[in-house]
Amino acid sequence: MADLRGTIAGIKSPNPFWLASAPPTDKEYNIVRAFKAGWGGVVWKTLGEDPPVVNVSSRYGALLDSNRTMIGFNNIELITDRPLEVNLREIAAVKKAWPDRAVVVSLMAVMTEEAWAGLARRIEPTGADGLELNFGCPHGMCERGMGSAIGQVPEMVEQVTRWVKNATRLPVIVKLTPNITNVLWSAEAAKRGGADAVSLINTINSIASIDLDAMAPTPTVGGKGTHGGYCGPAVKPIALNMVAEIARNPDTRGLPISGIGGIGTWRDAAEFLALGCGSVQVCTAAMTYGFRIVEDMIDGLSAWMDEKGYRTLADFQGRAVPNVVNWNDLNMNFVTKAKIDQDLCIDCGRCHIACEDTSHQAIRILPGDGKRLFEVVDEECVGCNLCAHVCPVPDCITMHEQETGRPYLTWPEHPQNPARVLPPKAAE
Amino acid sequence: MSGVNGAAHSNQLSLDRDLVSPFTALQAMAESSRCLYCYEAACVTACPTAIDIPGFIRKIGTGNVKGAARTILDANIMGGTCARACPTEVLCEQACVRNKAEAEPVLIGRLQRYATDVLFKAGVQPFTRQAPTGKHVAVVGGGPAGLACAHRLALLGHEVTVFEARAKAGGLNEYGLAAYKMVDDFAQREVDFILSLGGITVKTGVALGRDVTLAQLRQDHDAVFLGLGLAGINTLGVAGENLAGVADAVDVIAALRQRAAPPVALAGPLAGRRVVVIGGGNTAVDAAIQSLCAGAAEVTMAYRRGTAEMGATGHEQDLARTQGVVLRTWLAPREILGAGGAVSGVVLERMAMDAGRLVGTGETVTIPCDVVLKAVGQKLTPGGLDGLALAGGRIQVDETLATSLPGVYAGGDCIKSGEDLTVQSVADGKAAAFAIDAYLKA
Repeated sequence: MADLRGTIAGIKSPNPFWLASAPPTDKEYNIVRAFKAGWGGVVWKTLGEDPPVVNVSSRYGALLDSNRTMIGFNNIELITDRPLEVNLREIAAVKKAWPDRAVVVSLMAVMTEEAWAGLARRIEPTGADGLELNFGCPHGMCERGMGSAIGQVPEMVEQVTRWVKNATRLPVIVKLTPNITNVLWSAEAAKRGGADAVSLINTINSIASIDLDAMAPTPTVGGKGTHGGYCGPAVKPIALNMVAEIARNPDTRGLPISGIGGIGTWRDAAEFLALGCGSVQVCTAAMTYGFRIVEDMIDGLSAWMDEKGYRTLADFQGRAVPNVVNWNDLNMNFVTKAKIDQDLCIDCGRCHIACEDTSHQAIRILPGDGKRLFEVVDEECVGCNLCAHVCPVPDCITMHEQETGRPYLTWPEHPQNPARVLPPKAAE
Repeated sequence: MSGVNGAAHSNQLSLDRDLVSPFTALQAMAESSRCLYCYEAACVTACPTAIDIPGFIRKIGTGNVKGAARTILDANIMGGTCARACPTEVLCEQACVRNKAEAEPVLIGRLQRYATDVLFKAGVQPFTRQAPTGKHVAVVGGGPAGLACAHRLALLGHEVTVFEARAKAGGLNEYGLAAYKMVDDFAQREVDFILSLGGITVKTGVALGRDVTLAQLRQDHDAVFLGLGLAGINTLGVAGENLAGVADAVDVIAALRQRAAPPVALAGPLAGRRVVVIGGGNTAVDAAIQSLCAGAAEVTMAYRRGTAEMGATGHEQDLARTQGVVLRTWLAPREILGAGGAVSGVVLERMAMDAGRLVGTGETVTIPCDVVLKAVGQKLTPGGLDGLALAGGRIQVDETLATSLPGVYAGGDCIKSGEDLTVQSVADGKAAAFAIDAYLKA
């Protein structure tokens, strides 16, 4: 049985599965249920200065597939709407009752040292393990100069991080917003400010859908709607990219990362860990299925690690980072081609029509014995993978590397590159 | 009074309850998501009317359910009946690629019913007729072939008069399909829907050869379509066929569909009567199951060959078995026994295959019974077809469904075009309408 214990920014937890700062972590009742279910840690829903905010009715929007599976989720809820004192009391009680779990507290304030330092000092005596600075909330709070309004300005990220670090001995995690042009600017700013770790991504600016009867965005509040924060499985690729950028950037390499964004299974979590994350945070999947999903996240990750021979998280943490490179570093001489397993093929024709209509006309139909025979035209196949992705049968269409005998050749070195960089010898 | 079998099976069919329950919106959405939207899909090829099945299922999935119904009805105006009565297990669903990976096809028939039900419930007429052509076509027979032909002709701008021998239009949809496949008077609701397009006049109680002649129809109209069906009944050719208690299965089914007293009593004073159905086709199955529904105590189907050779599909055979029908094979009727002028039993000879030929073994079996229903096939009644060439006992047609007489076309069961199914008749009627349209515009 693999050892799932993890430490990030000095914060220990029995497993890397934390609940993200969000409605599931708004109060003691939910968090106790989560810890009973097995979650390794929580980030308490963002605290702010009193008086508490007031939330609207109608808060969530969703993107569902045809089976009503949640693909994407968005919300226009603000930070905790409970008095600060109540939250602090419950945090202390939870941490006392669950000493082995990570209890990190999210906070948000206006752009003054007094506000941020004051909040941090109020939280520290609860026994919480760390703080997470909410620089990401993209709706509502940003209109009051908080959340992403701070996170989108690197100088402000650095400044606030420094204020909080000076005010408390607690580890500080800076939660980054993806609503920026380059996540590295804010990650680097957080590091300069003294952040012990970053967490990302916060939610993405979004309109979940337009209600075509009300002619208004959803969630609709009395006939009007506003953009909300988007999360759920659909944002995972965006989150993975931003995590990878920070993990491989020379100026931020080694900065602990808590991965967030569309994580719902052990496999999702393993992918974030492989990109260097020390813990992962989950929200939408828990809000969709309840806290019980953590059982398989623990079980599945552990089984996979056993299968792969990884004893601890550190054994594979960050292993994929060196393989994330710039496009210019890819091997132009690599060739892969599709292969169709005729025994598995069920004759749906989707590979053909996808390739024929939208790609390279590389799958032809031949009359077969009782069913059509779909055949890859190797000369036309560019190895784009489209057919393999649209095939409904797992492993029916697979991609196979072709032996070319040619060396690793990048675009900068490529003969067809007008700005080709010639190797020193050839340049002579 | 219902038979004793009624109490024994919680899933016992009745004459007024759906054999297959309609999908809820949730079921329809879940099932539609199973469709892979195949390219040049095998299910479409397997449908005699070539409904764009992936297309209509995708429309259900996107919430365009009335659009789905229009896609169905544009290819098959009786898509509602076909959704209920088609042997999908040997047509579209048999071809579904989901069978290959999961042994479970997309339930196309039930999705088709869902879509068409939504449209019918909304009372929407999705079609508009083209500009009037001034041409007038006579359609003989108000069954699936005739009505499908009439509808397409009306769409194309022609005027149509349908001559129907019975009291109601609908043909076998109204008089022949099992009651539990066509609950809530669906056949007439569908007829009403078809006629609501306009341009179609139905004259009931008018039979070809009795009330009107082909020559007269040809003289009074620009073209004629014959969708006569098979009105003649094959006989067993054995002694005792005239005894009280012997009836044609189609007459019993028609009576039950019309809520009329069947020609033979099925419900008995105690626990119903013992019925033997002779035959192995879908009509035999429908008669057998409905006899149980109508109160018969014991029903046996006797067929001269094996289950593999039965006209009834495996699905229909299973349905009969689960409803309590005893299927007996390799038994051919030799004599119907009587006592006091009424049936008392049937003597059957055990059959066998000998060098590829069906032969009697000389061994006989006697099944005591009160009722014998004959379901050994129907045939064309030649009355009124003067001058028309026949082939194999049916009306001879070419590939355009034109008969040997100019301007006279035929389709449905009265020609040999495929299986004797509603869907095939609709396909014929539609094809003939396009051929007639071309003929009228030539």
